[in-house]
Amino acid sequence: MDRLMIALEIMAKGMGGIFVACLVIMAAVWVMSKLSGRNK
Amino acid sequence: MEYLVEGIMAVTWQQIVMYAVGIALIWLAIKKEYEPSLLLPMGFGAILVNLPNSGVINQMMSGVGEVNGVVQWLFEVGIEAAEAMPVLLFIGIGAMIDFGPLLSQPVMFLFGAAAQFGIFFAICVATLMGFDLKDAASIGIIGAADGPTSILVSQVLHSNYIGPIAVAAYSYMALVPIVQPFAIKLVTTKKERTIHMEYQPGSVSKTMRIAFPIVVTIIVGFIAPSSVALVGFLMFGNLLRECGVLKTMSDTAQNELANLITLLLGITISFSMRADAFVNVDTIMIMVIGLLAFVFDTIGGVVFAKIVNLFRKNKLNPMIGAAGISAFPMSSRVVQKLAAQEEPGNIILMHAAGANVSGQIASVIAGGIVINLVTRFL
Repeated sequence: MDRLMIALEIMAKGMGGIFVACLVIMAAVWVMSKLSGRNK
Repeated sequence: MEYLVEGIMAVTWQQIVMYAVGIALIWLAIKKEYEPSLLLPMGFGAILVNLPNSGVINQMMSGVGEVNGVVQWLFEVGIEAAEAMPVLLFIGIGAMIDFGPLLSQPVMFLFGAAAQFGIFFAICVATLMGFDLKDAASIGIIGAADGPTSILVSQVLHSNYIGPIAVAAYSYMALVPIVQPFAIKLVTTKKERTIHMEYQPGSVSKTMRIAFPIVVTIIVGFIAPSSVALVGFLMFGNLLRECGVLKTMSDTAQNELANLITLLLGITISFSMRADAFVNVDTIMIMVIGLLAFVFDTIGGVVFAKIVNLFRKNKLNPMIGAAGISAFPMSSRVVQKLAAQEEPGNIILMHAAGANVSGQIASVIAGGIVINLVTRFL
């Protein structure tokens, strides 16, 4: 049961981490697109 | 003359099973064209390493001591030492990928994230089935739908199952056209699968294409340092492609480098397919959990798209969520084919391609995060 709780914790933190990473990259792409648009 | 029959006398039933496995992999590669560049070398290698007293793995010989075998040497140098082969392969993969469809619709990054759900679901299932944490995590990473990432994570975590994990990862990647439509239909209605989506891509400047691999490497490096080897080499390959001044190097990375590494990777991985490590009940369990990982990747992506639809006026076709896995471009093609089957003329390919390339990035981030989290509990 302890190992399952650890696995569930890894699931929660892992999915959270992936979403955070993707959101940060998404925001960076959005900023880059605005900057490159401004440079045109 | 008894030395001539020593090999036949020494063969075990487990080794004979491995010959059958090797022939089956070669048959799948040639007849069904399932990932032939990997499954064929792995199949042949499975036979090579399981011949009694095989000269491709280290052997003790009377009178001369230990004699080194080439496949074992390749494994120790190319994979065990620093995971060089899977990492170098990422240069070629990065050089092959056009991130344009993703850069023009950055929201697709979220589908890449959602479709990694199968990894963590599989880790939980593997834990419930009695695997210890490092093995459960290594088995779960089959859900990254990314062979090199699966090999790297299982090697870094010193899993005992690197062979079955590599076989499962590559086999199920080849079976995406069968697995994904089944999983998609489980969680969508026909009405949802016929939703049309307009494609209005934003412009993607050359500067942005060049900046993207650099920015992603830095961001991922800060968030998930363990995945820097994978993301860094993936993005290095992409920078070669996009910089515009290294065309011959980009072409070499896409073709010669990728082919050479792939050729050697398959036969090198076969070192972990020795009968004593491969022929057991755990291998069957790993194949089952790997299949579940792919199914729940697909379900995770589709369900996330359905949740997003609750807040949108212009609905998304939830099938694009399924394309958020790393198997590129197969997954986006499968989703497009399914959309066209449900309603001829419905084109969602570019949306699916955006989700699909985001899956490439998300899967390597997932690999790094799994290593990072699991090592804290070991």
